[in-house]
Amino acid sequence: MNENSITKIEGRAVFVPGDDVDTDRIIPARFMKCITFDGLGEFLFYDVRYKEDGSKKEHNLNDERFSEATIIVGGNNFGCGSSREHAPQSIQKAGFNAVIAGSFAEIFFGNSTNLGVVCVVVGDDDRKQIADLIDKQPELVVSIDLEALKVNIGEYSFDCLIKQDARKSLLEGSFDALSELLEGNSEVDTVVSGLHYIND
Amino acid sequence: MGKTLFEKVWDAHSVKTLSNGQTQLLIGTHLIHEVTSPQAFGMLRERGLSVRFPKRTFATVDHIVPTNEAVEPYSDSLAQGMIEELRNNCVENDITFFDTNTGHQGIVHIVGPEQGITQPGTTIACGDSHTSTHGAFGAIAFGIGTSQVRDVLATQTIALNELKVRRINVNGKLAPGVYAKDVILHIIRTLGTNGGTGFAYEYGGEVFDGFSMEERMTVCNMSIEGGARVGYVNPDDITFEYLKGRKYCPKDADFDQAVECWRNFASDADCQYDDVVTINASEIQPTVTWGITPGQGIGINECIPTIESGETQSARASIAEALDHMSFEGGSELKGKKIDVAFLGSCTNGRLSDLKEVAHYLKGKKVAEGVKAIVVPGSQVVAKIAKSLGLDEIFTEAGFEWRGAGCSMCLAMNPDKLIGNQLCASSSNRNFKGRQGSPTGRTLLMSPIMVAAAAITGEVSDAREIFEF
Repeated sequence: MNENSITKIEGRAVFVPGDDVDTDRIIPARFMKCITFDGLGEFLFYDVRYKEDGSKKEHNLNDERFSEATIIVGGNNFGCGSSREHAPQSIQKAGFNAVIAGSFAEIFFGNSTNLGVVCVVVGDDDRKQIADLIDKQPELVVSIDLEALKVNIGEYSFDCLIKQDARKSLLEGSFDALSELLEGNSEVDTVVSGLHYIND
Repeated sequence: MGKTLFEKVWDAHSVKTLSNGQTQLLIGTHLIHEVTSPQAFGMLRERGLSVRFPKRTFATVDHIVPTNEAVEPYSDSLAQGMIEELRNNCVENDITFFDTNTGHQGIVHIVGPEQGITQPGTTIACGDSHTSTHGAFGAIAFGIGTSQVRDVLATQTIALNELKVRRINVNGKLAPGVYAKDVILHIIRTLGTNGGTGFAYEYGGEVFDGFSMEERMTVCNMSIEGGARVGYVNPDDITFEYLKGRKYCPKDADFDQAVECWRNFASDADCQYDDVVTINASEIQPTVTWGITPGQGIGINECIPTIESGETQSARASIAEALDHMSFEGGSELKGKKIDVAFLGSCTNGRLSDLKEVAHYLKGKKVAEGVKAIVVPGSQVVAKIAKSLGLDEIFTEAGFEWRGAGCSMCLAMNPDKLIGNQLCASSSNRNFKGRQGSPTGRTLLMSPIMVAAAAITGEVSDAREIFEF
């Protein structure tokens, strides 16, 4: 445990419908012409939120009722496609700190976890119920309890899943792996010495 | 019991088990480009860290490079800023950079293999999901995020979970007019866009045994579109023949020694797979996507699915969303849909063999009126060889625009973009909404020869009815 430890995420939620929400949709490539991640938050789901003429589309993400949401509720295979970390970076910079989905694409899941954006899996029926609940009462607080592996909302409680290693890293606040990787420098040298293609 | 290639490479590169249970894995070869690396160098500077093994990182520039503008500064100042940032980072950190003036610049997944940097039995990472391409050589190669690019620069390692291995056999013989692209579109269609999550795909069987390296790369490239972060083919004589004489490969006696070492990485005959899937090559048709995920593909003579054909509520919702974006009617034929743009290129199909094959059939034919057709070699090396063979003339005479090397219209981070709701016959790898630069643009993924057929007829066509195979 340290100051980065994440045991519980609490906040309002917004439902982003659809399976296979890809990282191009989360952050269109044209907004990646940048050399830092600063300011990516405003481009989150840009083409989902705006028409080509710049006017707003009708979407939960534009609905005032969900403007205070800090948790995204999505579909299956969330974050598929590109490995761009710009996707979870834009999610985080737009003020979201967790995604509840039916399943996650692997690279997106890893990138999110490395940033401390919590990604938990909840079954289809339960997610539908969560979506219905927040649609009726957007002010309901959704709580993701990583210790108990529950998503709690109002009087309801749902099971959630997360990969064991990711859960441990989030609970212990060690989700940014770099410090621990640096500790392995001498072991790295040993492995390198056995690999000809690196030595030559 | 024997081991799979994946297990052998993993074991050879495992440093230790981390406190959360993940493996600290050594990344032998690190490839970087201008989009996902600048922030990583920034993070290193912030933490006062340096690049630990500069000789094991190789850089090129591909996503933002304009393909119709060779002189800097580029008209897009953001693109100019990105190339300069990469240049500076490479100079400061002593990293080899295949810059635009070297004659070796190109799409990172084309440059690595053609320079001989991509080798069997190695681990390769790059901040790009199509890094799975390099698995064609029997490497374990995968895309990573920018924080992990930072980790590789600082430590030459990342934290990773071991994957399960699914063997995918494609047995029998592909029919004339059916290509590697059709094989992978068929696999994704069959196993789903998330069927490969948690798996490395090992491709094999008679079709892969007979494939050239470039065909193997096309298939491995799109593994990630099936959810598999890693896809590979066991190395064999075809692999070694391709690598012989390439710049970054061992030479002479060292090469022979390397081949012996590489051969040993191939999966053992008695290894155990977590799953095995077998596909009959004769079932594979020229395959084209009709929707907004690479899994939404059909044989050219099939009809676009109806909403009602979806087996679950979410499947029906996905079909409805795709039909709506594509402005297609469920149950209608894909064949005959008028196209606006034909794009031949990308890390999937921008290699010399792709250009050669299309040029062979394109000779004497003309692009249909009203169709914008562009051909983008995957690298400066591909462009140079293609030109020496006169391929550029065949393409331009047919009405294609011949461009410089880069990612081009695959993802539209450069001036090559769809406009409005244009329909594009594309040899690239993703048909996501907005992928080709216009939020309402529409992409049909297909093989290069099918792109050529569509370009000539102005509509989605069965290449077997246009060309004689």
